[in-house]
Amino acid sequence: MGIARDWRLRSQRYALVGEICDDCGRKIFPPRDVCPYCAEEAQTPFHFSGRGEIYSHTTIYNPPAGFEEFAPYTVALVKLEEGPLVTAQLTDVDPQEIAIGQPVEMVTRKIREEGPEGLIVYGYKFRPRLQAA
Amino acid sequence: MGDEGHRARVQDTQHVTRNTQYGIMKPSTDVGIVGYGAYIPRYRLPATEVARVWKGGEGGLPVTEKAVPGLDEDTLTIALEAARNALARAQIDPQLIGAVWVGSESHPYAVKPTSTIVAEAIGATPHTEAADWQFACKAGTETMQASIGFVASGMARYALGIGADTAQGRPGDALEYTAAAGGAAYLIGPAEESLVLFEASFSYVTDTPDFWRRPYMHYPSHGQRFTGEPAYFHHVTSAARHLMAEMDRTAADFTYVVLHQPNAKFPQRAAKMLGFEREQWTTGLLCPVIGNTYAGAAMLGLTAILDEARPGDTILAVSFGSGAGSDAFALRVTERITERQHRAPKTQDYIARRKEIDYATYVRYRKKLQMQ
Ligand SMILES: [Zn+2]
Repeated sequence: MGIARDWRLRSQRYALVGEICDDCGRKIFPPRDVCPYCAEEAQTPFHFSGRGEIYSHTTIYNPPAGFEEFAPYTVALVKLEEGPLVTAQLTDVDPQEIAIGQPVEMVTRKIREEGPEGLIVYGYKFRPRLQAA
Repeated sequence: MGDEGHRARVQDTQHVTRNTQYGIMKPSTDVGIVGYGAYIPRYRLPATEVARVWKGGEGGLPVTEKAVPGLDEDTLTIALEAARNALARAQIDPQLIGAVWVGSESHPYAVKPTSTIVAEAIGATPHTEAADWQFACKAGTETMQASIGFVASGMARYALGIGADTAQGRPGDALEYTAAAGGAAYLIGPAEESLVLFEASFSYVTDTPDFWRRPYMHYPSHGQRFTGEPAYFHHVTSAARHLMAEMDRTAADFTYVVLHQPNAKFPQRAAKMLGFEREQWTTGLLCPVIGNTYAGAAMLGLTAILDEARPGDTILAVSFGSGAGSDAFALRVTERITERQHRAPKTQDYIARRKEIDYATYVRYRKKLQMQ
C-alpha cells in the first residue's frame, strides 16, 4: 500500500465509484480490467448508491498492524442494491446490534493513519441506514 | 466623522453598490441556498460525566450533553457527509460547483486542504476553486459570505460553503463540557433555484483577545475577562442590530432567530437583548443537546430551522468567532423548501441517533491516551 496506490483508488474509495459493463450491463465493484461476468473489456464508470444489506459479518478483536486503535470492529460482506458484494468495515454500530439482512449505507470515514507524520487514508465503510424522517 | 457626515458621503457614492451604508452587504444579483445539509456524530458525553470526574459531581452545567466524534471521524468526514446531504437536497450536477470551501479550526492536516478531499469525493474536481478557511467559530459563515459574492458576480454557478469542527477542550477546563463535533453545508446558487433567499448580510469584526490557540498546541487558551461582554455579546448584537436597522426591521419581523451558541445561556440572553421571544429561538437552539460545534454551531442551528420552515418565513442568523467577529444574514424562505426538506436526513434525525458514552470512552475516542 503506497501513497500512489491510495491516490489512484481515491474515487472508488471515497465515493464507491465502480463500473457498468458496456456489454452485459452488470454493475461491477471494485472496478477491474475485464467484466467478471462476460469477460468483455470496455466498461463505463458507475456511481453506486451506497445502499445495501449485510450478507455476513465478523468482529475483529486482534486486528492487523495499523488498525489496533479501532478494535474491536466489525467487518461485513455487504450486498449492494445494484448487485455486487463488497467487504468493508461497519461503523457507528455496536457488535451486538448487527444482523444479517440489516439495511446499511455507505459513509466515508478514516480507514487508518500512516503514523503521526504520514497521510490519513479515507475510504468507504457502512453504517446502519439512517432514515430521513 | 459623525454619522451625518458619513451618511452624506455614502449618498454621494450610492452608484457604487446597491447598499454600502455601514457595510450592509447586498449583491447586485439575487442569490440563495439551493441545498443544505447537516451532520452530527452519534456519541454523546453527558455534562454530568465531566463534573463527576473533575468537580466531584458539583457545580452548574452549561449544557446537558455534547456530541463526540467516533474514532474514524474528523472534520473531513463530518464536512463530507454534510456536503452530500446538501447535494441530495439540491440535485444538481456537482461539476457545476465552482468553489468548495471548508471553514474549521480543527482541519485534519496542518498543511493539506480538507476542501480538496471534499471536492474530490462529491465529484466537483478538477474544474473548481477549493480552500480551507479559518476564523475560530466564524470560519463556516465566512464561506457563506464569500459564496454569495462568488455566485452573485457570476464567477461560479454554485459555491459550497461548509462549517465543521471536532473541537477539543483542555481536560477539566470549562470548555470540556461544551467543545463538540458537527457541521453543516450550504450550496449557494441562483435565486430562481433557491429554497431560501439572502435578503442582506453584514459582518462586524474587531481585534479582541478572547480565545486563541498557538501552532503545535493541542488545546486553546482563553482570556477570561474578554469572553462574555466584549466578545460574544458585543459582536453578535452589533452585527444583528446594524443589519436589522439598515433593513428597517425589528425582531418581530423575523419568524426565527439563530445565534452562535457556545453554551445554552449566551444565545438566549443575546436574543432577548435583541428583542426576540423564546418561540423564535427554540428551533435553532441545539447547544443544550449537542454542545458547541464551533464553526458548525450557528450553521447547524440554521439547518434545524430550515428542516421545519415554511415558504415566506424569515430568519435572522448570526455567527460569532473569537478574535473576534460576527456574520449576520437575513433570509427569506421560498416555496421550493417543501419538496427538498425530505431529500436527506434532518438535523433532528442526527440528534435522535444517540449513544451515550462515559468519560473513559470519551478519553479513548478523543485520543487523549498515550499509546506509544
Ligand atoms: Zn459484462
